Amino acid sequence: MTAAPSPAPVDGWDVGQTLAGFARACRAAGLPVTADRERTFLSACAATGLGERRAVYWAGRATLTASPADVEPYDRVFAGWFGGRPMHGVARQDTPRTSTVQASLEELPEGEGDAGPGELLRAAASAEEVLRHRDVAGLSPADRAALRRQFATLTPRPPTRPARRHTPSRTGAVDGRATVRAHLRNLGEPERIRYRRRAVRPRRVVLLVDVSGSMSAYADALLRLAHVMVQAAPRTTEVFTVGTRLTHVTRALRERDPDRALLAAGEVVPDWSGGTRLGQAVGVFLRRWGRRGMARGAVVVVLSDGWERQDPEQLGEQVRRLRSLAHRVVWVNPHRGKAGYLPVQAGIVACLPHVDDFVAGHSLAAFEEMLAVVDQHAAGSPPRG
Amino acid sequence: MQPPAALADPQALADPQALADALADTSYLADEGLATVAWLAHALQRPLLLEGEPGTGKTALAEAVASLLDVPLIRLQCYEGIEASQALYDWDFPRQILHLRAVEALGREQGGAAELEAELFDERFLQARPVLRALREAPCVLLVDEVDRADDEFEAFLLEVLSTWSVSIPELGTVRAAVAPYVVLTSNRTRELHDALKRRCLYHWIEHPGLKRELAIVRARLPEVDQALAAEIVGLVQRLRSDEDLVKPPGVAETLDWARALHALGTSRLDPEVAAATLGAAVKDRDDTERVRVALDRMLTR
Repeated sequence: MTAAPSPAPVDGWDVGQTLAGFARACRAAGLPVTADRERTFLSACAATGLGERRAVYWAGRATLTASPADVEPYDRVFAGWFGGRPMHGVARQDTPRTSTVQASLEELPEGEGDAGPGELLRAAASAEEVLRHRDVAGLSPADRAALRRQFATLTPRPPTRPARRHTPSRTGAVDGRATVRAHLRNLGEPERIRYRRRAVRPRRVVLLVDVSGSMSAYADALLRLAHVMVQAAPRTTEVFTVGTRLTHVTRALRERDPDRALLAAGEVVPDWSGGTRLGQAVGVFLRRWGRRGMARGAVVVVLSDGWERQDPEQLGEQVRRLRSLAHRVVWVNPHRGKAGYLPVQAGIVACLPHVDDFVAGHSLAAFEEMLAVVDQHAAGSPPRG
Repeated sequence: MQPPAALADPQALADPQALADALADTSYLADEGLATVAWLAHALQRPLLLEGEPGTGKTALAEAVASLLDVPLIRLQCYEGIEASQALYDWDFPRQILHLRAVEALGREQGGAAELEAELFDERFLQARPVLRALREAPCVLLVDEVDRADDEFEAFLLEVLSTWSVSIPELGTVRAAVAPYVVLTSNRTRELHDALKRRCLYHWIEHPGLKRELAIVRARLPEVDQALAAEIVGLVQRLRSDEDLVKPPGVAETLDWARALHALGTSRLDPEVAAATLGAAVKDRDDTERVRVALDRMLTR
């Protein structure tokens, strides 16, 4: 590959050092700068010429950033490192960025270790059973910790869709091509007949997790659920948090360890326990991701209580658009599982006509049921709630 | 392994500015960032990964580079479920059978099964697909369009080809590019691409052009369109993009279509009736159409 010629020192300051330092500053600011990217950056600078501030700027942008969200921090670091104002005034307003985040997870105190009185002498099996059906919102810290461990027992099976390709199989249609090929290999001697059937591939699942104030008691559990689902199908599951803005947290949740993954997600989400602008957030999702293909043919799961601060009409309209793209829209509402719950809030009422499944999501048992609803890939959905 | 040689270095590739000028001659107006990145892709022999809204000219760049270098443009359209055999090569099965039959009919005496089989996997039964063609026909521009639609496995395969510039065909041996092809990958960000692939590439996010640049693009591509009309259309599209919350904001391609449509109608001024009648050239969504109609009345009849 292209060698990275190390730039020669100019007028007493070492260009290479300065540039490498800049690359490291970018890494410190959270950009995906790996050692090989840094090398490419240096060769790019050497190629464009070193004296030019603009050339270095563009060389860095081409080699050190990897998504539109990276541009704004890059500009900031560039301005800081080389002085002066950023080259490009394109702070993309709609890209949430995360330098300082208040996202606290104080919802989940570290209840492990010292056994509180509530945890004393409980027959483990039955306690677990009880816990499975308890509302997540009303748990003591110790129960929460116990429940957290139980998340490991959830086993999502990603939904599937028929693939374009066929796969060899014992049953199915006769595979003429493979059969003749096998015959040919034997120089025309008849061989056994090969069969094939349609292969299946995982279907994309998109989770929109409401982390606004009204959902704060559930946000932790729902994100853990999202984590379990991402782990089960890391490449075909996408997770967004929804509050006053929309945040893509899939990358954080790919971290294997659940606690670390949740912390990482917490760092990315800027609007923890804030207000809800559900309709707008769904709209942003559709515009920036969904319509480009992420929602197309996917199972989209909205995990929210449907409390909409703004126009419920708009929310209904966005969910209708979502429905027209997605394979299925599943709405998970923590309150659905409670006795006497009626879907009467304006937000929910506006959405229900466009939702395929309306399920509960308040306890581990409910999560299991919800996973089953997401998994099912047979046509025909259960009656709407 | 020997790295392949660079493309022949014509005048147009002397530096980013020269590339921008040469692109402008092919009616592609690149801004400084894009020109620099496009030039670096050549200088460092790295694939260029372009992301951006639909209609910002990602594919057009590959076409422009191919035309200015006067090399073939080889295009690989990605889709869900695309396989390596769709990108590399396939054996022409019917012709192989035909050959077998011909051999049979002739009743050839000499040569055993092995020889016959070797004949079957001869060059003439090989169907080269875009990537293999690009390796063989380099210098050329290889456009890997909408790579985000393909699967992860396919991405991994691409990554391998893009870092070695070679491909091995078990029956024939290794095919290596004599010259690194100029590779442009485009993505609409429907899916997060593998980090490994991104690391291999130079990255650029293309924004919608600003008013001045878009007007210049319209003027360059459609010199026959009346200047005042072009300015009106571009101004209107720019406002539609920024002010109205459209499901699918019109890209540059739509602006050009609209200008072409209005020009075909012999219009020289944009009034609400004509604009509404030709709206379908720029706005392709029913909900948007409603919105834009209302906005048009507001914007054009002050």
